Amino acid sequence: MLASMDSASVPPLTVIVGDEELLVDRAVASLVAAVRADDPEVDVHDLVPSQVNAGKLVEVTSPSLFGERRVVVLRSAQDLTKEPAGVVTGYLRDPADDVVLVLSHAGGAKGRALLEAAVKAGAHRVDCAKPTKAAERTRFIKDEFSRAGRQITPDAAQALLDAVGNDLREIAAACTQLVADTDGRVDAAAVARYHTGRAEASGFTVADRAVEGRLPEALEQLRWSLSVGMAPVLINSALAGAVRGIAVAAQPPRGMSEAELAKRAKVPPWKLRSLRQQSRGWTPQGVAHALRVVAETDALIKGAGRDPAYALERAVIEIATARTRRG
Amino acid sequence: MLVVMSVFDDLVGQDTVIEQLRSAARAADGLLAGSGGAGMTHAWLFTGPPGSGRSEAARAFAAALQCPDGGCGHCSSCHQVFSGTHPDLLYVRPSGLSFGVDKTRDLVLRSASRPTGGRFRVVLFEDADRATEAASNALLKAVEEPSPRTIWLLCTPTAEDLLVTIRSRCRLVTLRTPTTRAVVDALVGRDGVAPDLAAEAARASAGHFERARALAGDPAARRRREEVLAIPARLDGLGACVTAAARLYELAEAEAKETTGALDEQEKADMRAAFGEGSTGKGVAKAVRGAAGALKDLDDQQKRRATRIKRDTYDLALMDLVAFYRDVLAIQLGARVELPTADRDADLRGVARSSTPEATLRRIDAIMECRRRIGANVHPQIAMEAMTAALYTG
Ligand SMILES: [Zn+2]
Repeated sequence: MLASMDSASVPPLTVIVGDEELLVDRAVASLVAAVRADDPEVDVHDLVPSQVNAGKLVEVTSPSLFGERRVVVLRSAQDLTKEPAGVVTGYLRDPADDVVLVLSHAGGAKGRALLEAAVKAGAHRVDCAKPTKAAERTRFIKDEFSRAGRQITPDAAQALLDAVGNDLREIAAACTQLVADTDGRVDAAAVARYHTGRAEASGFTVADRAVEGRLPEALEQLRWSLSVGMAPVLINSALAGAVRGIAVAAQPPRGMSEAELAKRAKVPPWKLRSLRQQSRGWTPQGVAHALRVVAETDALIKGAGRDPAYALERAVIEIATARTRRG
Repeated sequence: MLVVMSVFDDLVGQDTVIEQLRSAARAADGLLAGSGGAGMTHAWLFTGPPGSGRSEAARAFAAALQCPDGGCGHCSSCHQVFSGTHPDLLYVRPSGLSFGVDKTRDLVLRSASRPTGGRFRVVLFEDADRATEAASNALLKAVEEPSPRTIWLLCTPTAEDLLVTIRSRCRLVTLRTPTTRAVVDALVGRDGVAPDLAAEAARASAGHFERARALAGDPAARRRREEVLAIPARLDGLGACVTAAARLYELAEAEAKETTGALDEQEKADMRAAFGEGSTGKGVAKAVRGAAGALKDLDDQQKRRATRIKRDTYDLALMDLVAFYRDVLAIQLGARVELPTADRDADLRGVARSSTPEATLRRIDAIMECRRRIGANVHPQIAMEAMTAALYTG
């Protein structure tokens, strides 16, 4: 990361590539901070294409009479019109010693020539693409905590994602809040205390961990879901859904199309792949047993038993260990 | 239509019971005439397997008791009994899954008033096994200390379904499953069903007359049965199990909706009309508030009825499946009996060949377990997925 960069190592030309605004903002801020650490009086020109014309660009990038350093940040460089873009490529061929230029580029096809010119001119490159995978987001959360000198457990990171959603700014804000409001290692229970409002996704997490055979995590998730007041019947219906998905993915009905398969498993088509992965290794006897456990648990929750929490715990244990049953 | 000569003509294959009830009705007449009345008693329990017609028998008996002619079937009293409008017949058919103590106390109270027609007050309590424990105790009091002109007719599947203290005070009427022959004769003779179709329906219903009548008269019911019976041979994988359970669920939901939908709307419209919807003037606001409460009650009742109809529909499908596996078992054991699902002969033999009698018994258990679970309010789809998976793995 750029956080520990000092002024001497700030490259004269940086290109920040990607469309995740939070990360772009942070990259810019850390570059500016590194220069300021050395020279608090440094002039910073933070510009966007709609505010600049060719003349303005020439002005801010020209060598100064007294050799004063300047930081020129040009955001969304892909949106520059032809003339100002020409000024920038001209500058790249003949840069000024006292200018630190930071270009940000969304990374797409638009304004590609400018990006390539910057890279060719030896620009330091920082990638700030939006994370697309859950694993990338949980890594982001872990990084947020380590930046603050703190730790978060994997299931708590997952719970935070489930509760807050995929927007990185919201995730970062939630991390900041948790860092400020808690002590020590942050676990799922702590996350639950701050994010009870949007816990409905967690029943599915319980179910996913259970069918994956990840028993400790499944139990942690279950305790958490119950502790935030999630209805046992909803958790069991999530278990039913997960086992149903395994059944369909493990032995799809003959001649059934992918779309139909997804419909039967009650999942969006893109989820089929992860479903196939989850279903690997399940025996028919295992699935049949898991389906029976779900039905028993439904009866226990709806009045036949006295302790729905225990019924669910037993269900999670049975399902997580049913995969390889042969009878 | 055939002319009904007696209220007992509707009972299929129950000759012994008919004789018992006729003579009791004669004794009741004697009681009214002041000539003793031996052979008559004030509490009766009608039992018999599903479809044997226990409530039909009780209703015929009620008509015979009220009719000056021993149940002629065409006087106004007989018509009133059959249309449920007879002033001295209290007809109880629990619409929910249980019948509470408040309703029972109210029933006991109403049963004790003097008969307006000068004969008897008759209470016909269908599915009396749905009475809760407290309700049963209230019922017991009424049966122990009867009003002189009140007659209780209780119906349950078996005598054991009733408190032993109540049972011991009732005279038992035991209906049997009618023979296929009796069902065919009734379908052809009374309903005018073609003999081939009647024979097919009678065999498929395994002596359940109303079911035979539905199968003979409703092509949709035959299609549903066929679809259910096609399931066992199609369970070639877990995905197929999920599909089959989903299909059973859809079928039952659709059928229940079909049965209840029109009924619900009509009842609501009637109630709105009764509360004078659309009228203006003094007192209307109050009436409207009362109507809202009554509509809410009606809504609850309709929901309970829908639950019961759905449960009955699942029952029908599950019992068809049981019939299939019982036939599989008969084939596996070489028993020479009539096979209600003989129309799926190839499937029966295929399943029989590829499994053992022990596996077949386990499968029947799984179906019965599913039935119990749906009765215990388990989500039907979840209960049936567990069942189809058990049918698949054996
Ligand atoms: Zn009559």
